[in-house]
Amino acid sequence: MRERDDEWTGLMRLAISGDNAAYHRLLKAVTPVLRAAARRGLARAGQPVDQSEDIVQDILLAVHLKRHTWDTEAPFAPWLFAIGRNKLIDALRRRGRRIFVNIDDFAETIPGEAVAETAPAGEVAAHLQSLPARQREVLQSIAVDSASIRDTAAKFSMTEGAVRVALHRALASLTAKLREQ
Amino acid sequence: METDQLIRTLAADNSQRARPVGFVLALALVAAAPVSILMFFMTLGVRPDVMTAMHNPFFDLKFAVTLALAIAAIAVSLHLSRPEALLRGWALLLLVPAGLLAAGIGGEMMVPQRLPMMTRLVGQNSRVCMTAIPLISLPLLAGALIGLRHGAPAHPAVAGAIAGMLSAGLAATMYASHCTDDSPLFVATWYSVATALVAAIGALAGSRVLRF
Repeated sequence: MRERDDEWTGLMRLAISGDNAAYHRLLKAVTPVLRAAARRGLARAGQPVDQSEDIVQDILLAVHLKRHTWDTEAPFAPWLFAIGRNKLIDALRRRGRRIFVNIDDFAETIPGEAVAETAPAGEVAAHLQSLPARQREVLQSIAVDSASIRDTAAKFSMTEGAVRVALHRALASLTAKLREQ
Repeated sequence: METDQLIRTLAADNSQRARPVGFVLALALVAAAPVSILMFFMTLGVRPDVMTAMHNPFFDLKFAVTLALAIAAIAVSLHLSRPEALLRGWALLLLVPAGLLAAGIGGEMMVPQRLPMMTRLVGQNSRVCMTAIPLISLPLLAGALIGLRHGAPAHPAVAGAIAGMLSAGLAATMYASHCTDDSPLFVATWYSVATALVAAIGALAGSRVLRF
């Protein structure tokens, strides 16, 4: 656990200093842990555990847009789990459940936990439709078609800077829509 | 969208880096301040005998108390803008203005006074004080909340209440230069009521706008 946390902290430091590959690896590494914790939280609230993926995506978006609140001198895991807990509480509240989030839901992860069936997430995709056309196109080009920023810029005859701005705005407004629902 | 796709997208957006919360909060407060300052000078203004009042330590103490409140609240609200932050020992910072006031009350007891204690406590401006501080603080509160939205507080209502104290502290600093009631007893009573009111408004607003 200790090693894992140190690895995450190291990756996040690299990410903050501009290493996109390290950031990608970090998000990949935390996702199964977040998923397992979300499932535990849902199970505890008597909710179907296969609904975890929307919560996972909600957490990842918040991590991304609030990463400037992480203190690079502090360990990464407590910050990550605080955001996870917050988003799990939100999700349960939206489902009208009494809130009972065990603070250990995120902190403890049983290694090798069986990967059970998970329903695909639907909330982000649903809000995608309400984005301005250009933002949606840019987001889909990068997310779904795995195009790079440069390829996307060429495809839509935009500058790379404009693509970056459109992508960031798309992510920010998706997050705002998730929060308001 | 699949989670892997989302992750790839977030990684592609890594070059977009946000400013620290402190920077955005400072900017928002600087933008809001002129509105509050204008409100103050249009309706109240500095008291005419301010030059002589400055020689009265109890007049000066008002500014020490209100500024201590504002500075402590700024520090605490920046701390709370991190999701994993706990209030804990940081709440003690907010006791600094209370300690200054207590010392002031003690000091006032030591020197012989012209007016009885209750008269000093009730003062002559309690109603203006309780109206003016909350009203002048509203633009600052809006600014503080806009700035703190940039953070990620785990307890939005608490963070909102601290934002309320922050703006009440700044508004009270202006108001203190208008008010002719300098007794620490007056400050401890009416400034506190006004601050509590703004903190409550901040908590209410914060529970809505500071969720992330």
